[in-house]
Amino acid sequence: MDKHPWLPNLSSIEDMLKEIGVNDIEDLFKDIPKEVRLNRLLNVGKGKPLSEYEIAKEIEEKSSKNVKLKVPPFIGAGICPHYVPYAVKFIISRSEFYTSYTPYQPEISQGLLQALFEYQSLIAELLEMEVVNASMYDWGSALAEAVLMANRINSRKTILVPENINPYHKEVLKTWIQGKGLKLEEVKYDRETGTINIEDFERKINDNTTAVYIQQPNFFGNFETEIEHIVDTAKHKKALTIMGVNPLSLGLIKPPGEYGIDIAVGDGQELGLPLNFGGPLMGILAVRWDMTLVRQMPGRIVGITKDMSSNIGFTLILQTREQFIKREKATSNITTNEALMAIANAVYLSLLGKEGIRELAEEIYYRSHYAAKKLEQIRGVKKLFNSDFFEEFVIRFPVNYDKIHEKLKKIKIQGGLKLSDFTALFCVTEVHDKDAIDLLAATIEEAINDVETS
Amino acid sequence: MMWRQAKWDEPLIFELSNNKGKQGILINKDERIRNEIKNMSIPKKLLREKAPELPNLSELEVVRHFIRLSQMSFGVDTGIMPLGSCTMKYNPKIEEKAPEITEEHHPLEDEDYVQGILEMIYELQNWFSEITGMDECSLQVPAGSAGEFAGVLMIKKYHETHNRQYKDEMLVADTAHGTNPASAAMAGYKVIYVKSNNEGLVDIDILREIVNDKTAGFMLTNPNTLGLFEEKILDIAKIIHSTNGVLYYDGANLNGILGITRPGDMGFDIVHLNLHKTFAVPHGGGGPGAGAICAKSELVNYLPYPIVEKVHGKYKLSKIPKNSIGKIATFYGNVGNLARSYVYLLGLGPQGIELVGKMSTLATNYLIAKLRDVKELELIAPNRPRKHEVVFSAKKLAETTGVTANDIAKALIDNGFYAPTIYFPPIIEEALMIEPTETEPKEELDKFANTLRKIVEMAKLKSENILNSPTNTAVKRLDQVYANHPSTITPTYRVLRLRREGKINYLK
Repeated sequence: MDKHPWLPNLSSIEDMLKEIGVNDIEDLFKDIPKEVRLNRLLNVGKGKPLSEYEIAKEIEEKSSKNVKLKVPPFIGAGICPHYVPYAVKFIISRSEFYTSYTPYQPEISQGLLQALFEYQSLIAELLEMEVVNASMYDWGSALAEAVLMANRINSRKTILVPENINPYHKEVLKTWIQGKGLKLEEVKYDRETGTINIEDFERKINDNTTAVYIQQPNFFGNFETEIEHIVDTAKHKKALTIMGVNPLSLGLIKPPGEYGIDIAVGDGQELGLPLNFGGPLMGILAVRWDMTLVRQMPGRIVGITKDMSSNIGFTLILQTREQFIKREKATSNITTNEALMAIANAVYLSLLGKEGIRELAEEIYYRSHYAAKKLEQIRGVKKLFNSDFFEEFVIRFPVNYDKIHEKLKKIKIQGGLKLSDFTALFCVTEVHDKDAIDLLAATIEEAINDVETS
Repeated sequence: MMWRQAKWDEPLIFELSNNKGKQGILINKDERIRNEIKNMSIPKKLLREKAPELPNLSELEVVRHFIRLSQMSFGVDTGIMPLGSCTMKYNPKIEEKAPEITEEHHPLEDEDYVQGILEMIYELQNWFSEITGMDECSLQVPAGSAGEFAGVLMIKKYHETHNRQYKDEMLVADTAHGTNPASAAMAGYKVIYVKSNNEGLVDIDILREIVNDKTAGFMLTNPNTLGLFEEKILDIAKIIHSTNGVLYYDGANLNGILGITRPGDMGFDIVHLNLHKTFAVPHGGGGPGAGAICAKSELVNYLPYPIVEKVHGKYKLSKIPKNSIGKIATFYGNVGNLARSYVYLLGLGPQGIELVGKMSTLATNYLIAKLRDVKELELIAPNRPRKHEVVFSAKKLAETTGVTANDIAKALIDNGFYAPTIYFPPIIEEALMIEPTETEPKEELDKFANTLRKIVEMAKLKSENILNSPTNTAVKRLDQVYANHPSTITPTYRVLRLRREGKINYLK
């Protein structure tokens, strides 16, 4: 091959070899033992380098093998469909941002650092917590790192989590804590309200509890109502408190800071990121103004400083916690995070502003309540829990949900997430209008009728 | 040619906001729904009393603010970023078409709806197995370090399954990336460092002495962080395997040997890949990246799930390895970025990917040759060829002129180049770790080498010029003490605001 758009030096090989003083590129690999040399082409790609035109064709072909849904999916479970403003896409497409590396040289990366500082600051206001890092991979890994933090602080071995937190986060948590020998203990939830069973919580918290985790709203979309009591009890037992939040819901409900929570986690996916088939997502991690917590935080943090002429500037701070310096004593192994997604969150929150976030949260609230109401009008269909909810809710059907799923599939609708044979979790946001919700309800009604008349 | 970076006195976004009647986006309100659901029924005690202190701005103001910030930033599209071990190669623009495959799709959609995505993941799994010489890959890990963590958890579970709980030591080369010991410690291992010899390679005699029944595994990268290939890799593998240890490959440095040799053929058992390094995913100023974790023979049973499989012509996410460590990320990893690597590999094909290893190695050794006569930049084992990167020591220059590796870095950025990785690996004093990659044109390498040479000359003649740099960037050299001091540390605007209001003080 004598030319390729991504390999600019194919025509300079001779000159470069001459400068080096060798005759052949092979001479630069003579230290690799013959036994381990590949000596054949790798079987990757489509057998030859494709032109850009051919690549575009391949992408379109792959894309066409996916099904284009009639309306956005009615499925959430930790990641929800939302509208992404063009300004967000436009700004994160600025190649000074998206082709840059972690800002190790702050003087030449001021814009990136300021943008990340603003992300941290906007999230801090939303959560009412003082210290936010520059991002984790996703909610699940942020939760896992929060629990590992708690263990480093109090050396206790059990993490108390309610059954009604996101099960995908729970799976991630289990993986991440196995190395340190931590144990996960589950607290039951009340079958009527779908919220934490306080008696069971009180029974299970003890002197081995490193931290208590609660999710607000919880996996079923229900609001937890006894957070104050849980926080008080945990403090009394000297366990840390970790709260998982849906950031958009904070346009309406009380933030973790107001409860005196130690560590808050969540996912910024709902703040201007597309679904991406589950990644990249955007892990949020924040703590109170307390050195014990800050010193144990994982990940990068940007802070304000000044330069030699006393101008304001930004730089990475508290780097002595990180693996470059601390190696096996580091607070975490994380290096690559989700910085560009953090910038997307910052742009999104800046566009929404103080009032926009409330309006959007209200709109999501109304729409999800309309959808629940509409579904409940179908004979035999009920909401499973009697608590108030946000964005997501669980519906119980009189027929097996598989039958409903099949019917929805016929018109290319993605319904809720099946939780059991007769229940499913639905997600409704600002991208689902009345027509879309009505279509969902009508199709479900038909599916139920089909089963009942067959 | 004098280079200058844009410099805006750009206020914080909070300080730009002064007018309540502004909003950067309108919320689409469905009045028909509002007419049906008239009230909210959230219990009063749960309601937020005070709106969050977010700024109020029009769309234009938000856009201008962030565009100005972008102008005070530097990426590969701006110029060379020769960050050793971070592999900042060019990110081909066609990659930005890739998210068309994934963007609109929810990870829990019916598998029938996302056959295109699953097929792409399946093909990539196979390609990465082929590239690494491993039997199976999981693309569940969202970054390289998450892959490392998955890898050591696999090693741990593997030994536990075989009743070898006594294996509680993880060996790590003293030149290793900081993530290696950090990952091992997170998995509960005691970290044992393996010293390098004076050629910069693993000291086989020391290794023989260290390895015993407690050795769970050895985390190694080859080529190592000095850019040197561990020639005795087959002996190393034999020593580790002799006590049932697992040889782990840190894929961060794969770029220089891509298509030339494979970790699997060198005796490694588990490999992680950093797709944002070797496979050209943009790094986004810190991320998102993407990763892969691959394993050989019986270790594939421990890979994180799910793995895509093909059953009767259909792609499914159902494959859960028998002894899987579990899930590392909430869903399936950074699939949007997997699609970018997919495009990159389509564009290279078998012939192109072999040239990546060759051309990046050529570029590294060319740069060394261009700097051969700069006596103040010293090399360990100067006669050995380098692969992906080279580490110079500026110790002599620091001793004679007071100009350190950090000062050289600042002088480079003053000339419009991003700096190399500095002070790493820790075994080299005043280290400058340079990785040019295969995508930088020879002309750019010439410019970079000439500038580095001039900086060294300037340091000897008039060191204060270097010590005061940078001056052509948006800000001058920054005060790290002020940034980190408990009385001035300011990680958010909220802290700045509360401090001004006298509501918080020292970080205690």
